[in-house]
Amino acid sequence: MATVESASSAALAPPRPPLNLRSIGLQALALALVVALGAWLVNNATINLRAQNIASGFGFLGDTAGFAISEGLLPYEPSDSYARAFAAGVANTLRAALPAVVLATVLGFALGIAQTSRHALVRLLSRGFVDLVRNVPLLVQVLLWYFALTELLPGTDTPLRLSDVAFLSKGGLNIAMPELTASQAIVPLALTILVPWLAWVAAPWRRITLPVALLVVVGVWLLWPDSWQHPEVGNFGVSGGATLTPEWLALVIALTQYSGAYCAEIVRAGLQAVPRGQWEATHALGLTRPQALRRVIVPQSLRVIVPPYTSLVMNTIKNSSLAVAIGYPDIVSAATTALNQNGQAIECISIIAAVYLLLNLLTTLVMGVVNARVQLKER
Amino acid sequence: MNAAFRLAAVCASAAAVAGLTGPVHAGKVVDSIKQKGAVTCGVHTGRAGFALADSSGKWSGLDVDYCRALAAAVLGDAGKVKYVPLSGPTRITALQSGEVDVLARNTTWTYTRDTSLGLVWVGINFYDGQAFITKKKPGLAKVAQLAGATICVDSGSTTEKNLAEYFTGHKLQYKSVVFDQIEASQQAFISGRCQVYTGDNSNLAVLKATLLKNPDDYVILPEQISKEPLGPAIHRGDDDWFAIAKWTLFAMIEAEELGISSSNIDSLKASSSDPTIKRFVGTGDDLGKFMGLDKEWSYRIVKQVGNYGESFDRNVGADSKVKLPRGLMNLWTKGGLMISPPLR
Repeated sequence: MATVESASSAALAPPRPPLNLRSIGLQALALALVVALGAWLVNNATINLRAQNIASGFGFLGDTAGFAISEGLLPYEPSDSYARAFAAGVANTLRAALPAVVLATVLGFALGIAQTSRHALVRLLSRGFVDLVRNVPLLVQVLLWYFALTELLPGTDTPLRLSDVAFLSKGGLNIAMPELTASQAIVPLALTILVPWLAWVAAPWRRITLPVALLVVVGVWLLWPDSWQHPEVGNFGVSGGATLTPEWLALVIALTQYSGAYCAEIVRAGLQAVPRGQWEATHALGLTRPQALRRVIVPQSLRVIVPPYTSLVMNTIKNSSLAVAIGYPDIVSAATTALNQNGQAIECISIIAAVYLLLNLLTTLVMGVVNARVQLKER
Repeated sequence: MNAAFRLAAVCASAAAVAGLTGPVHAGKVVDSIKQKGAVTCGVHTGRAGFALADSSGKWSGLDVDYCRALAAAVLGDAGKVKYVPLSGPTRITALQSGEVDVLARNTTWTYTRDTSLGLVWVGINFYDGQAFITKKKPGLAKVAQLAGATICVDSGSTTEKNLAEYFTGHKLQYKSVVFDQIEASQQAFISGRCQVYTGDNSNLAVLKATLLKNPDDYVILPEQISKEPLGPAIHRGDDDWFAIAKWTLFAMIEAEELGISSSNIDSLKASSSDPTIKRFVGTGDDLGKFMGLDKEWSYRIVKQVGNYGESFDRNVGADSKVKLPRGLMNLWTKGGLMISPPLR
C-alpha cells in the first residue's frame, strides 16, 4: 500500500493543515497557570519555613545520620551520612520487593492455572485462597505473619539447628556464609557467569546442560572458600553468618501471598481470554494439558496479562512501604527517622516519593518492552 | 467549544483553590483558644501515667493534668480541653503546623528541637533518662554487657540516636529493630523477638508494671545512658502564649512549695493572711492581668487540677500503678530539681 502511493504522493502532496491557534493558545495558558501555581506553592512553603526558623534544603544529606540500620546488603554504620542511610534503605526496599514480585508471579501463575483445572477441588481451593487473601488488608496480613513468626519460632537462646550450618530462632534464619575477600571471589564469580552462559549457548542440549551448569555453580560456591563463618549461640541469641530476619520474612511472605492472589486473578482473566478454539485445536493435535498450556495457551494469554501485571508489580513495590509497621528498615523507615531527627518533613517525604517514583518508572519502562513483544500486532 | 469551556473551567477552579490557601500565622493563640472554647492539646496515644484514655474516653495523666491546668487558667474550666493523640513521628509536625496549641507529650527538650524546628519549650515537668529493660540474667548489671543483643526501639524519638551514639562510642555491637508504633515494639520485646527494649525510664516502668506477664523475670538496668528532660512545647513566635504556658507549669510547682493543695486551697483563701498565699489564691494583688488573665488564674489551676505533687502522686507516684519515686521530680527544698521562680 505504501509503495504504490509514494510515486503519486510526491507530485500531489496534500497541503499541511493550518495551525490551530485557539488550541495552542489555551494549552499555553493552562500550562502557564499550572507552572505559576507550582511556583507559588514552593515559594509559600519556603517563606513559611524560613519565618518559623525551620531549616530547609537538602544540605542535611551530608550530615552524620546517627541511627543504625541493622540489616541489609549495603554496609552502613551510624557514623555514615544521611545519604548513605537512604541508600541502605533503598537497598532494603529492593531486597524485600523484588523477591516478593518474583514469588508472587510464580504463585499467581500456579493459582491462575489451577482455576482452569478439570478437578473441582483444585479450583475450589485456589478460589478460596484468592478470595480470602484479597479481602483482608495487607497491613493486617503483614502484622499477622510477623506476630505468628515471633510467637511461634523458638527462643533466641534455644534455636533449631541443622548441624552447624543453619539456625532458626526468633532472631531469624542464620546461615553459614563463606568468608571471601574481593580477590578470592573473582574466580567463583567468573565461573557463575561463564558456566550458565555456555550452557545457554549450547542450544540443542539446553535441557541437560542448564541443570548441570546449576550444579557446577553451586558446587563451586560450596567448595571454593576455605573459611566459613558459622552462626553460634552467644549471650544474646544467635550471631554470625547471613541472617534472614523475621521482619524480612514476614514482609516477603505477606507481599507474596497478597500480590500472588491478585496475580492469580490477572492470569485467570488472561487464560479465559484465549478463544475456546485454541483449546480444541490442542486436543485435536493430541497435546497433553501441560504442553497445551506451555506452547499454545499461555503465550497467547500474555497479551491480556501483561498490562495489569505491570500495575501489580508497581503496587507490590509501593506496598513494601508497610515494612515500617514491623520494624523492617526500608527507605520509608530510614527517611522518617531522619525526619524526626532534623524536622525537615518536606525534604524527607519528597525523597521517599522520588524513590518510589523512580522505581515505578523503571518498572514501567521494562514492562513496556515486554508488552511491546507480546501485544497484538495489527497489520 | 465544549473542550475549550472545560479547559477554562479547570483553570478557574485551580486558581480558586490556590486563592483559598494562605500563609500560616503563628500568633494570637490565646484568641483562637477563647474563640474555640477549648485548648487543643497534643498528647500521647496511650501511655499510663502520662496520657491514657479509659474505657469511657476520659483522659488522665501527668501531661493531661498540665493541659487541664492551662484550660483552667485561660478558660476557667479544666474540662475544656480537646485531646489530640499523636504518635512519635507525627508529634513535631502537628505542633509546627498549628494543629495543636501545645504539645504535652513527654517530648525531650533538646538544643536542636528548641532552635531549628520553630518550637520552644516552656519548662520541664519530668526528668527522665534512657534506660534498658531485659530478662534477668545472673551477673547482668551494666549496659556494656548488652553487647551483641537485639534491641527493640521506637521510631521518632531521641532514643534511636542516643542508642547508636552510646553503643558506637563504646565500641559495642548491637542489632536494632525499629518500629513506628510503640505497641508493636513492646509486643516484639514481650514475645522475645528482641532481648532488650530501650526507652525512657518512665516508659519502661509503665511497661514492667502493666504489660509484662511475669514482671519479676525482668530487670530495668539502673544505668541511664542519657538525660531526657521532658516538658511541654509550643510554637515559637507567640510571647503571650509562652508566658501563660510557662507560668501555668510554674504555678503548679510553686503551689506545692507554698503548701497549697486542692484540698486546703479554699480554707487558705478564706483565712490566710500571708501575702504570698493571698496573691496565689486570688485575694491579694492581681498578678493575672500581666498575662491577660484574671486574678484567680492560679487559684483555679490548683483547685481544679491540684499542685505538682498531687498530680505526680496520683499519676506516676505512690497512688498510681507505676509507683515511681519522686527522685529528681521532688521540690528543690527536698533534694529534687523542681523549682519555680517566685510569683511576685
